[in-house]
Amino acid sequence: MSDLALWGLFLAVGVGTFALRLSFVELYGNLRVPPLVSRALAYVPASVLAALVLPAVVYPEGHGDFVLGNPQIPAAVLAALVAWKTRNTVLTLAVGMGALWGLKMLMH
Amino acid sequence: MPYPSGRAAFGAGVRALLPLTPGVIPFGLVTGVMAVKMGMSPTMAIGMTLLFYSGSAQMVALQLIQGGVLPVAIVATALIINLRFIMYSASLAPYLHALPRRWTWPLSYMLSDQAYALCVLRLSSGELGRYGYHYYAGTAAAMWLAWNLAVVAGVFLGGSIPESWSLGFTIPLSFLALLVPGIRNIPALVAAIVGGGIAVAAVDLPYNLGLVTASIGGVVAGVVTESLRRKASQADYRAEGESQ
Repeated sequence: MSDLALWGLFLAVGVGTFALRLSFVELYGNLRVPPLVSRALAYVPASVLAALVLPAVVYPEGHGDFVLGNPQIPAAVLAALVAWKTRNTVLTLAVGMGALWGLKMLMH
Repeated sequence: MPYPSGRAAFGAGVRALLPLTPGVIPFGLVTGVMAVKMGMSPTMAIGMTLLFYSGSAQMVALQLIQGGVLPVAIVATALIINLRFIMYSASLAPYLHALPRRWTWPLSYMLSDQAYALCVLRLSSGELGRYGYHYYAGTAAAMWLAWNLAVVAGVFLGGSIPESWSLGFTIPLSFLALLVPGIRNIPALVAAIVGGGIAVAAVDLPYNLGLVTASIGGVVAGVVTESLRRKASQADYRAEGESQ
């Protein structure tokens, strides 16, 4: 992608995100979210984040080729356990990366 | 306790945010490092950060740009991730909407998960008094500064980190760190399992349609599960009532 196209992309996301943040503050009293939509919005983070994490862990090459002995899978499972038990970002990143490096060293 | 002045409320907001910075700074660093690793200039990486001011959307966009995904799909995906801000905006609106635009526009731009989480309960209980929006402004401005400084630090560190460190893996890991604590009930777990499952199965669909399909599928699964559980618990309640 050219630099100009990238700037256009950044600007579009920036303006769109600002509009989402400002929406109700600006239009208070004139805007109602239907109950079904607000219920659905509650599941957006879980769904989108899982849809990003799983393929990135399962396919280290970026496309649908399953790699046998992929060290990312055990590393991610361990990191998920740490995230579940501690809710600590730093510890999750540290354990996940540590496990990946350890497994890569063992395999070489 | 209501604050005696706007300045005191702002200071209290800043102090309330400080304990959250250890969770924010590593994300910012990784975001900055990833942007320059992809070949972006520092100006571009920092411009992107200022325009997005949304770590998860920015990480996703970086990953999709690297994957050569259609720009329209990247914008749509980033905005879908940021749809949650509509909910935050709706719940903060009663306390902010009467302010002049020189306040509401910057305060809306600086709206973040962290500032929202710190303020929403204290604002709605009324304990902050008339300077409640100064308190919010303190949390929001401190968060903004912490995030942007962390990304800038990442941008200038990025070039010196060797490829063999597999730093790309920090992206799914940081999403995982956001995802797992966010799953607080069964419908959210179902949404995550269905969303993740479809994404793995549909990874070869063109134009990143796999991600969009998976996201919608996960949300639908979450809403359906919630409805089924509600019906089931109502049925239990009725059955108990009849047996008595």
